[in-house]
Amino acid sequence: MDDVTGRPAHRRKKNAAPVEWVRRNFFSSVSNTLLTIVSLYLLWLTIPPVLDFTIFSAVWTGTTRDACLEPGAGACWPFVWANIDQFIYGRYPPSEIWRVNLTFALGVAVIVPMLIPGLPARRLNLVFLLIVYPLVAIVLLAGDRPGLPPVPTSEWGGLLVTLVVAVTGIVASLPLGVLLALGRRSGMPAIRMVCIIFIEFWRGVPLITVLFMASVMLPLFLPEGVNPDNLLRCLVGVALFSSAYMAEVVRGGLQAIPAGQYEAARALGLSYWQAMMRVVLPQALRHVIPGIVNTFIGLFKDTTLVLIVGIFDLLGQVRAQLSDPSWSLPQGALTGYIFAALVFWAFCFGMSQYSNFMERRLDTSRGR
Amino acid sequence: MARGQTGRKPQGGSRAAFGWNNPRVRAFIYQAAVLGFVIGIVWFFASTAQENLQRLHISSGFGFLDTTAGFGIIQTLIPYSEQSTYGRAFLVGLLNTLVVAVIGIVLSVMLGFLVGVMRLSRNWLVAKIAAAYVEVMRNIPLLLHLFFWYFAVLRPLPGPAESLNPLPGVFLNNRGLILPDPVSTASATAFLAAIAFALAGGFFLLRWARKRGRETGKYFPAGRVFLSVLLVLPALVWLVMGAPFELHHATQGDFDFIGGFRLLPEFVALVLALTLYTAGFIAEIVRAGILSVGKGQLEAAAALGLKESTTLRLVVIPQALRLIIPPLTSQILNLTKNSSLAVAIAYPDLVAVFSGTVLNQTGQAIEVIALTMAVYLTLSLLTSLAMNWYNARIALKGR
Repeated sequence: MDDVTGRPAHRRKKNAAPVEWVRRNFFSSVSNTLLTIVSLYLLWLTIPPVLDFTIFSAVWTGTTRDACLEPGAGACWPFVWANIDQFIYGRYPPSEIWRVNLTFALGVAVIVPMLIPGLPARRLNLVFLLIVYPLVAIVLLAGDRPGLPPVPTSEWGGLLVTLVVAVTGIVASLPLGVLLALGRRSGMPAIRMVCIIFIEFWRGVPLITVLFMASVMLPLFLPEGVNPDNLLRCLVGVALFSSAYMAEVVRGGLQAIPAGQYEAARALGLSYWQAMMRVVLPQALRHVIPGIVNTFIGLFKDTTLVLIVGIFDLLGQVRAQLSDPSWSLPQGALTGYIFAALVFWAFCFGMSQYSNFMERRLDTSRGR
Repeated sequence: MARGQTGRKPQGGSRAAFGWNNPRVRAFIYQAAVLGFVIGIVWFFASTAQENLQRLHISSGFGFLDTTAGFGIIQTLIPYSEQSTYGRAFLVGLLNTLVVAVIGIVLSVMLGFLVGVMRLSRNWLVAKIAAAYVEVMRNIPLLLHLFFWYFAVLRPLPGPAESLNPLPGVFLNNRGLILPDPVSTASATAFLAAIAFALAGGFFLLRWARKRGRETGKYFPAGRVFLSVLLVLPALVWLVMGAPFELHHATQGDFDFIGGFRLLPEFVALVLALTLYTAGFIAEIVRAGILSVGKGQLEAAAALGLKESTTLRLVVIPQALRLIIPPLTSQILNLTKNSSLAVAIAYPDLVAVFSGTVLNQTGQAIEVIALTMAVYLTLSLLTSLAMNWYNARIALKGR
């Protein structure tokens, strides 16, 4: 292909006529015209059937499976409406669902101010997000306090579990990852060795084997009677796994900071931890915000794996509802998985757009 | 740590006071503390594990690998039956993992390069299609890809009697994808020999041409000669001695197809999901690599009068590859590790066969999971060794 070397030329010039733009982008040469035609054919093959299935032929109203049984019907959205509570809360008792909603609302209230650059009191907010919020969320969700009847984690499910696993992984992996990255760059050989082995071990094995380890092997390593529940064991596995990836991202940022910064801080009389906390890390972490967000996105997608060890996250819950005989439909699987894909896509795409936004902001603020 | 005590007074190295203010002493104490902590944890886990195993009457050790497995596996690349041992089952699973990984890697690298190049196309439509592909594929969990292809697309396909027949000899039904079976004929040896000869000859030709070019500045179109020999020689053999392979089409029997080369639906779904998902990431790596080649390089190449294709071959690709290869390797490694999701659709890979069935039958959780992890660790260690070697070879020389 002969147009590889060029930068994308399709940025539309302000005063170029639309006809000229079309000619230059679509029909500038024979091969280009051919490419345009092949692309249009490809779009014709994919877009109309997808739109037809999800929108035009789809069933939008109804309360039972009969609404979707007519021949030629597309996606069966009533299946999603009817099961939406399971998809969000799992088997959480309906009378207690306000606790989940409150946790979600609190989470939004804590996280959104973190995302907007330039707001005051970020340090306080970070402390709140990393320490106070998780404790409040645990009390609210698990209960067993006056006024809050206990809800065992086996009844949690759906988006709730997806978010619990993802947020726990994120909250735990950030500090742990920073510690591991510092340890890997430490001058003390024993500490460096321990950190390298830890990081490379977790990065070298698939998450599935980690989850198997957490759910099958871990009980053998704990004293008799100590039996943390399945979700907690998986959370520990996910946190350790993602902290190793986070450590490598942070290490990249640390490498980008010139040694002079640390040396100057030490020369001013700061201790190692003061130099790290006040001089090196703030710069290093700023460098790698996009990498951190990418790790979060990966972690968010990886939360689906918990369904393999019998925890019902959003995807697991969709699959569970699909086996419900009262909703057994030929197009059921397609509908359910398209719905799940939309939800996951919205979260991940949102995060990646945010990461792009931060990247651009950091670029301009560095003035290059 | 007390604040600011370092740097206030000159440090005399090992000759300083043997106390907390000596950084060496402090480093020693820290390291001893961390090592002690780690050893303590390991010792605690090991001793409780031993107690638990004794209490549950689980014998430890790898002796179970020699016992008869007694279960069947739906895809075996080496002879295996229910009378085979657990060790044999381990090998079958390992090979199944490797075959899925290798095919997935080849396909995803090809698709990823194509999409990555498409994203940089001057054709607006082509660039946007590629961008949409990347954004959709990357932002959906791999497990969801897998479920989609397996449960929503391949499982609901019609049975063998109403198989789809997209190409002559190719059948698709809910029991899998059936391809024509290539059967070698008398001329196959000669055909393969011709290809091997052309490859070996081309290798020496390229080396010779490069050496001569460096020493004398004379240009020899070695690449083109090599390609034409590679095409012409086997084609000649084909013409003279007849086709080296015959495609034996599967025939429809009473219940199922007879003959042909059958791919399980689990295998097809896994390869599809791994390929489509990973290709999205590879496309971004390729795009970043190509964009990293400075504009000045292109202008310089144009000023020297190089054609666009030559610029691509001699200027862009060599420099882009230096940036592409390291993250590409980690994607390849990711794909290999991700193939363990096979367990979710019961494709018999290493994790499904060994950490799934064998673990359930034997209860040897520690040994089974340790062995599984060791396999993946070895794979990633080997890959990073190979990558370090390659990086050292292509790193910018000098300075």
